Order: sequence, then structure tokens, then C-alpha cells
Amino acid sequence: MINSKKMLAFGAVAALGFAACGSDDDSGDETETTEVATTEAAEEEAEAASDGALTAVGLTYDIGGRGDQSFNDSAAAGIERAVADLGIKANELVPNEDGSNRAELLQLQADEAELVIGVGFLFADDTVAAAGNNPDTLFAVVDDAMLDFEAEGGPAPRCENCVGLTFAEEQGSFLVGAAAALKSETGVIGFIGGVSGFGLIEKFEAGYQAGAQAVNPDIVIESQYITAAPDFDGFFAPDRAKEIALTMYDDGADIVYHAAGGSGAGVFEAAKEFSEANGSKVWGIGVDSDQYNTVDAAVQEYVLTSMLKRVDNAVYEITKAANDGAAEVGNVVYDLSTDGVGYSTSGGYLDDIVDQLEEFKAQIQDGTITVPTEPS
Amino acid sequence: MTHPTIRRIVLTVGAPISAVFFAVLLSSLFLLISGSSPFQAYIDMIENASRLETFVDILNEATPLYISAIAAAIGFRMNLFNIGVEGQYLLAAFFAAAVGGYFAGLPPVLHVTLILIVSVLVGAAYAGLAGALKVTRGINEVISTIMLNFIAVGGIIAWLIREWADDTGATNSGTTPIDESGRMPSLNGLLEVFTREISKGRELTGVLLIAILVGITYHLFINRTRIGFDFRASGYNPMAARAGGIPPKRMVMYAMLLSGGVAGLVGMSEVLSQRYKYDQSFIQGLGFNGIAIALLGRNNPVGIAIGALLFGFLNASSGILQITGSATPEIVQIMKGIIVLSAVIAYEAVRRVKLRDEARSAAEATERMSTEPEEALA
Repeated sequence: MINSKKMLAFGAVAALGFAACGSDDDSGDETETTEVATTEAAEEEAEAASDGALTAVGLTYDIGGRGDQSFNDSAAAGIERAVADLGIKANELVPNEDGSNRAELLQLQADEAELVIGVGFLFADDTVAAAGNNPDTLFAVVDDAMLDFEAEGGPAPRCENCVGLTFAEEQGSFLVGAAAALKSETGVIGFIGGVSGFGLIEKFEAGYQAGAQAVNPDIVIESQYITAAPDFDGFFAPDRAKEIALTMYDDGADIVYHAAGGSGAGVFEAAKEFSEANGSKVWGIGVDSDQYNTVDAAVQEYVLTSMLKRVDNAVYEITKAANDGAAEVGNVVYDLSTDGVGYSTSGGYLDDIVDQLEEFKAQIQDGTITVPTEPS
Repeated sequence: MTHPTIRRIVLTVGAPISAVFFAVLLSSLFLLISGSSPFQAYIDMIENASRLETFVDILNEATPLYISAIAAAIGFRMNLFNIGVEGQYLLAAFFAAAVGGYFAGLPPVLHVTLILIVSVLVGAAYAGLAGALKVTRGINEVISTIMLNFIAVGGIIAWLIREWADDTGATNSGTTPIDESGRMPSLNGLLEVFTREISKGRELTGVLLIAILVGITYHLFINRTRIGFDFRASGYNPMAARAGGIPPKRMVMYAMLLSGGVAGLVGMSEVLSQRYKYDQSFIQGLGFNGIAIALLGRNNPVGIAIGALLFGFLNASSGILQITGSATPEIVQIMKGIIVLSAVIAYEAVRRVKLRDEARSAAEATERMSTEPEEALA
């Protein structure tokens, strides 16, 4: 009952999201297949998927599952699209709170499905093991390259039947960083990362910094992380995100970008609270999903834009590729050129600066600007 | 009026039975409220558990939970709330995995022994810190161990895992994987003697034997040794124990060191037989579950074993409930909570009935004494 309600709500939200997509991301939905940057090592065809048409796909979220308004929900949108378009069956699983049964779930999925997708890099090692035990199943992991970077002769796939789906988060973050700098009136902006120390969220911070500084070299950027890995509570702590955001607004920041999954809700709450108390409007910037459409209606008007990380596209495309028998093992990188990342224009708050952002986007795509992946 | 012995037996057996009955009843209610059929859910769970592979899963899940609950129980026996099992086992597993990965090519038995020793020592030392704070500064162990949990994961491990990361390119970075020689052999061969071949890559952890050993040692230590007696005495009545010549501070220190040492072993099934390293996805939360299981098992090694298996069963059921769609996975967490609560309430109810019985028989005896003193004395 609870589940179906959530699904219903999400379906509505997702429909809104796609309808509201601006010029920057409408090509990413239907037409794109896996024409994306693969590494040299990814030549090998996945045997598992080569015989075509899937009957079922297994999607395993990380702890928490649907309802984070961000990362997991984006994956959920992708699988729903795949189910609707391709007419296949999807199993969705969520691990126990301590994560003790990730490996079991992957195995359960592999029993039923020819394609198993783990949503989150924490599935990386369990996937390698499961892939070995189920050579006829194709595995995909979101946010992990599934490459052995220390292999002789350059990075090599960690297993014969697994795909790593990663994103150029720094590129999308560059654009929202530029948007923040263009929109900021105080010259102070903030960044809140969910969890530091495992290299992923730092990419968001690095891009955001670079983008803001490209607009205004003198801009002040306050950065703070909620927790450090392996303490992943920072992705589930809206209360702590809210405290940090309020402090940043107090310090004069008028725009705060979060890369903190489910904690992000706290940032928008803080923006609303601060704006109402001080009479001057401050903003939050969302992440992963188009959060203008996923947050509570009460805080919607404080979502300046969102850094779109099209987990939905990645999930949809790997499913479609496997269904067509065209999946390739190795690392698939989703970047600006394939609309794997981008920014949202929902709410219309960016209408006056879209041209400038599109210019930055073109410069990143043609290589004029190289976005760093580590914060300065 | 029933015979007092029968009444006592009924009360003793009645507590766990009524707890289970009550827990099933409440869980069914929650399943109904969430729109699932309780019968279908229970049938799916039991059907799933009867498969050999799931049985291996249950034992693998129960092994660390059992050790964790024993670690908590050691503290409870002394009226010490070691909430820090969580931080102790994570820190111990981290250092043990790092040391195990660092020394490559040791002889197999020595390698595993080294890892185990490191884990016990680190766990004991970290718990000892809380013990020392309590003994020297009077700081409540509940508060200090909670703080130390935060420092262990968010502080020490978060800092060192970056320094010692093996594959810096991977998001799921961790310590260097432990060589073949430092891995515990699986017990699949042993189990397969009685059953068919275990498929799908399931491996029964060898640490199960360590867990059993820990349980037996715990029983002998608490019930058959002098210091175990001192433990129980201090737990029942610290003032009386002190008057009886048992040094309270030393007992606190011993209890924390022992509890922490056992806690150090909690992560070993991951380190020695599953993951072979400490990485970002290392299982957290076993320490807190252990406290619940120690409560459920009444600090008794057999009771704790039943509790650990029950939790293992519930953990292993969450996947199948989602696959069949007969219930949401959250129901597993709800059931765990309901079971612990039911057990605590049932035992408390029985304790009160027993107290009342005792009071009544004492009152009756006194009455007899006052009305017919000669007869009562005779």
C-alpha cells in the first residue's frame, strides 16, 4: 500500500520532470543509446546479453531505497521508463539497514533476471563476486567504474560480465556553480557535501568551485561535508544539512549547492526559514534529480536549479542495450556530450542566464574548458 | 491452587512462548495494516529459510550477531552498558584487516592467528579506554562509549582508510586485500557431509566455530570461575560485592576489556571469510543489533544463540519478501523491534508474578507463625 502510493506519487513527479525539462536535456530521454565514452578495455561483448531480449531486470537500491527525492529516485525513474518502453519485468530490492545482505540480494536478483543493476558504488565488490558466480548474467553498477586501475597496461574491467556506469559530475556541477555565481548578490556561495573521503562527492565540489570562479574569480565559496566515509550518515541527515546551511546563510551566502542525497531536503528548508526570517531571498541548488519537482511544495520556490545526474538515463540505456543484445562491458561515462549530466531550468529562475550557461556548456564540450575533478 | 513447582515451570516456559505469540500477533497486525497478507509473508519466509543456501545465509548473518551479543552480555552481567561494541568491532576489524593485508605470505595458521590477535587487542584497548575513563574519572560508560563510536568510524577509520587505501581509483576504497594464507577456510565441506552440495557461491563462514567457542567460554567463565562469580556478584549488588572484598574498579576494567576483546571478533567473519579487507561498504550496525539480541537472550549463551539465529532468519528473509512482493522490507526491522519488546515485557511480567508469589508465600508463612506458632515451628 505504502509502496504503491509512493510509486504513484513518483510517477506523477517523474512525468512533471520530463515535461518540464528545458532545452538542455530533452534529447537524453528516448533517442540516446549507448553511444558514450567507453574505455579501450571495453571492447569485449558481454556474452550474457548478446542473445538479446530480457525477460526481467533486477534493480537493487542502496540502503533507503526509493523516496530520497534524489539519487535513488532518479534510478527508479529510469527503470520505470524501461518497464514501460521495453515491456520487461523489473524487480526492485532494498538491502537491510546494516547493508548485511547486499550480496544475497544480488544473487536473488541473478536467479530471476538476466540483467542486475546495483545502484551505488557500495555494490562494487559484491557485484564482482556475484558476477563470478553467475557468468550468464550481466551486472551493472552505478557510480563505480568497475575497472581495476592498477592492472598492467592500464585500467581493465574487473569482471567479464559487468558494466560500470559513472558520471562526469564535475561538468554538471561546473554549470550550476556558474549559475550560482551569476545569480549571487552577496558574492558568497556555499557547498554542502554529504560524505567526504571516498572521492565521489569531491568531484561535485571541484566542478562547482571551478564554475563559480569562471564567472567571478573573487567569489567566496564556503564548503562543508556532513560526515566522512565510511560514516555514510551524511546522506541521510537533513537535520544536520539544515544546520550547516543556516550557518552558511548567516555568513552571507545566498546560494547553497548540496550534493548530499536525502540530506538535501534540509538545505531547502533552511533556505525557506532564513528567507522568511530575514526578508531577503536565499536559494538552494538540488542534485541528481530535478529537485524542483521532487521537493515538498512548500520549499519548491527556493530551488534555484538542480545539477542533473541522469542516473535514470544510465539505468534505462543499459537495460535497453542489454535487451537489444548490444551491451558492452567496461566503464560507460555519462557526461555533458550525452546529456548524462546537466542543469535544470524548472521554475524559470535561470531564464536570464541560460545563454551564458549554454556558452559554458559548449566550451566544456569542445574542450576549451577542462573541469577539475579534485577541489582546489 | 496449583503445585508451586508446576507453577514455576509454567512461568519459566511461559515467558518466551507468550513473547513469541505476542510478537507474531503484532507483526501480523502490522502486515495487515501495510496491506500484505501475513500468512503469505510467513509462508514465503519459512519456505525460503528451508532452502540450504538460505540456511547458510542465516548462519553467516547470525555468527557476527552472536559474538556481538556475547560482548554486550559480558558488560550487562556487570551492570555495565557497553554501547561501544559498535565502534570497538569496527576499529578492531579495520586494524586487523590492515595488518592482515600488510603481511603477505605468512604461514596460513600464523596469518589468521595474527589477524585474530590484533582484532582482540584493538577491541579490548578501545573498550579499555572507556573503562579507564569510568574508573579514574567516573565518566559514565554509556556516554563515553557512544562518543568513542563516533570517533572510531567518523574519525580514526575515515582518516586512516584514505591514508592506507589500496586502490585509490576506486570509489569503494579499502585496505589491501588479505592474502590466501590469511583467510579462514569455509565450512561448506563440513555442512555438505550432511546435505547436498551448496550452490550459488554461498560459503559458510569458518568464524562460526570461533563464535561457538566464544559462547562456551563465556558460559564457563561466568558460571564456573572465581572471577566470573565476582562479575555476577558485582552485577547483582555492587555494595555487597565490595563489602565481600571484590574490588569494584578492577572489576569494571576487567569487564570492559573482556567485552571489548570479544567485540573485536565481531567483524572477523567479514575480514577472514567474506570481504578479506575493510572497505567503505563494511557492515555497520552489528554492535547495536548485538545489544538487542543480548536483551532477547537474557545474557544466556543459549538464549543469545536463539536470538542471533532469529535475527539472522529475519535478515535473510528481507530479500525474498521483496522478490515475492508479499511484504515491504521495512517489516523486517519492525519485527525485530517487536520481538525484543515482547521479550522484555514478557520477562518483566513473569518477574513480577514471581515476586508476588514470593511475597504471598512469605506472608502466609508469617501468618501461620503468628497464629499457630507451635505448629509452624514444628
